[in-house]
Amino acid sequence: MYSYSDFDHGFVQERVAQFRAQVARRIDGSLTEDEFRPLRLMNGLYLQLHAYLLRVAVPYGTLNPSQMRQLAYIADRWDKGYGHFTTRQNIQFNWPKLPDVPDILQALADVEMHAIQTSGNTIRNVTADHFAGAAADEIEDPRPVAELLRQWSTDHPEFQFLPRKFKIAITGSPNDRAVTRAHDIGLRMVRNAVGEPGFEVVVGGGLGRTPMIGKVIRDFLPKADLLPYVEAIVSVWNLLGRRDNKYKARIKITVHEHGIDDIRARVDARFDQIRGQFAGIDQQMLTQIEAQFTPPVYVAKPTAGYDAARAANPAFRSWSDTNLSAHKADGYAVVSVSIKKQGATPGDASSDQMRVLADLAETYGHSELRISHEQNVILPHVHKSDLAAVYQALRAADLATANIGLISDIIACPGMDYCALATARSIPVAQEIAQRFDDLKLEHDIGPLKIKISGCINACGHHHVGHIGILGLDRAGVENYQITLGGDHTEDAVIGEKTGPGFSYEGVTDAIERIVMTYLDLRLSRDEHFLAAFKRLGAAPFKAALYPEAAAHAAE
Amino acid sequence: MSRPYPAKVVTANRLIEGDNVWLTEDDRWSLVLSEAEYIDDEAHADIRLLFAQAQRNLVVGAYLADVKKGPTGPEPVHFREAFRTRGPSNYAHGKQVEPAN
Repeated sequence: MYSYSDFDHGFVQERVAQFRAQVARRIDGSLTEDEFRPLRLMNGLYLQLHAYLLRVAVPYGTLNPSQMRQLAYIADRWDKGYGHFTTRQNIQFNWPKLPDVPDILQALADVEMHAIQTSGNTIRNVTADHFAGAAADEIEDPRPVAELLRQWSTDHPEFQFLPRKFKIAITGSPNDRAVTRAHDIGLRMVRNAVGEPGFEVVVGGGLGRTPMIGKVIRDFLPKADLLPYVEAIVSVWNLLGRRDNKYKARIKITVHEHGIDDIRARVDARFDQIRGQFAGIDQQMLTQIEAQFTPPVYVAKPTAGYDAARAANPAFRSWSDTNLSAHKADGYAVVSVSIKKQGATPGDASSDQMRVLADLAETYGHSELRISHEQNVILPHVHKSDLAAVYQALRAADLATANIGLISDIIACPGMDYCALATARSIPVAQEIAQRFDDLKLEHDIGPLKIKISGCINACGHHHVGHIGILGLDRAGVENYQITLGGDHTEDAVIGEKTGPGFSYEGVTDAIERIVMTYLDLRLSRDEHFLAAFKRLGAAPFKAALYPEAAAHAAE
Repeated sequence: MSRPYPAKVVTANRLIEGDNVWLTEDDRWSLVLSEAEYIDDEAHADIRLLFAQAQRNLVVGAYLADVKKGPTGPEPVHFREAFRTRGPSNYAHGKQVEPAN
């Protein structure tokens, strides 16, 4: 993976020193809060419901073991012994004190990490397929391009005061695990007619109060044109985007108001203007970056031990059925470690768990870790002969939950337990739903089903693209949960459809159970997963189960 | 006749720790809502808010929050304000476990 250059080290160290001085001036009264707020936000420091919150970038979701151990150290030394992995592949610390934050940033800089541009109206951390570099279906590892985008966007002088925040996601696989269609720019690697890799470029996607599926602005963009083309998009929006109304400032609204053809014409014109300025330096840099993303040296070993362990241990068999994905190298698997034990907080890992994951990555995983937007941790390169040992170590750390892609593998934003913007809680709703279906012992029977929960319309929990989406609102001073059905976050992205009136905090788990029971009753077989059944059946039977009185009236 | 003014307290976050505090009648910032000054006069609320906003090296983001009168002092009306007096629901962290000092 990428190692900082002298320039990167110098830049990050300078930012730490600057922020240390800014915090000192805030505390001694030389800076007012109005002056300080933009400075702290530039460094990922928010003030939330109960405390400060520090959001640390995990670039394109990739971590090495020493970085993971340092996150554990930060959690123990300056926080409450845990961290929260987010839907943008970042990690958040919920309890830092203002005077400690410069020391935390220094500890991050020591392991080549930072919190720069994790807030504010800038280009945020570029997110990527969490199986990048490992997935069997991958054309190329997208992370060198993601790193190029990180370097280009960090402190980019033209893009420090954008109309609003700007999020880019990238995948090297045709099967989209990075939700590229719900990003300001989504980049999906495809091949052209002669087999060359390039990108399908999607623009103007986003969730939030006005959810939009992104539109294709280019079917195929050659790799060499990527940086100038992305710069042209951001540049066009930077001038055109609405600064008069923050709810209309995101590029999805710009694309919606002007139409994709108009935006494409403007981007092409801008691209023609600036293409010449990228006289190959970007490609030289990309080549240097690519050299740092060489695949691990895979080994050939027998996998008989894996097959024997599967045959001997039903718990291991269940875990390996659920939590493994196909790897590009023979004999290897991609391990998804669930940090969604039923009843636990989605995305939270204790410092001890972080250290176990770091050790496992080092011992069995070619020293690589990934954070997924689904708030789990990935060991991307594990040989099958090591899986039984990995499983035993995960079990000992309470990390062996076999639920990846199942109903308890819920995305949930922090909601009103932490977030100052939230209108209702998310975490306890996720905890109760996961616990309910675990108690019913139905999880594995139900099969693949993605529940996504947001505690406000900003949709950090991606509820619009959940097979079942839950949105927590404040209705006349009471928490109320609106349900959507049929959303899809993949390359076939769909915004889910609202079922009707919302449910109380106490009633929402029962409502989800009614939806799921309806599915179990009506599916053609176990092979017809929830989303497929919903597409076949439509919303009507689910609405009838949710609102029996309305259905009864309609029948009269 | 004008409608009665919904009672208020002044609340904010401490600059250094970031945690929630409430303004008392004797100009202290208390970690406990029930110690806060119960304000049922709009003009007085405005004056107290201005006082709070001037304490810029102690607190951040001062605002007026609705309360009702309880047996031991002001109590929250809205669930958000109730969470602010307790802390998160997923862990025993924050005010629900920290001594009020």
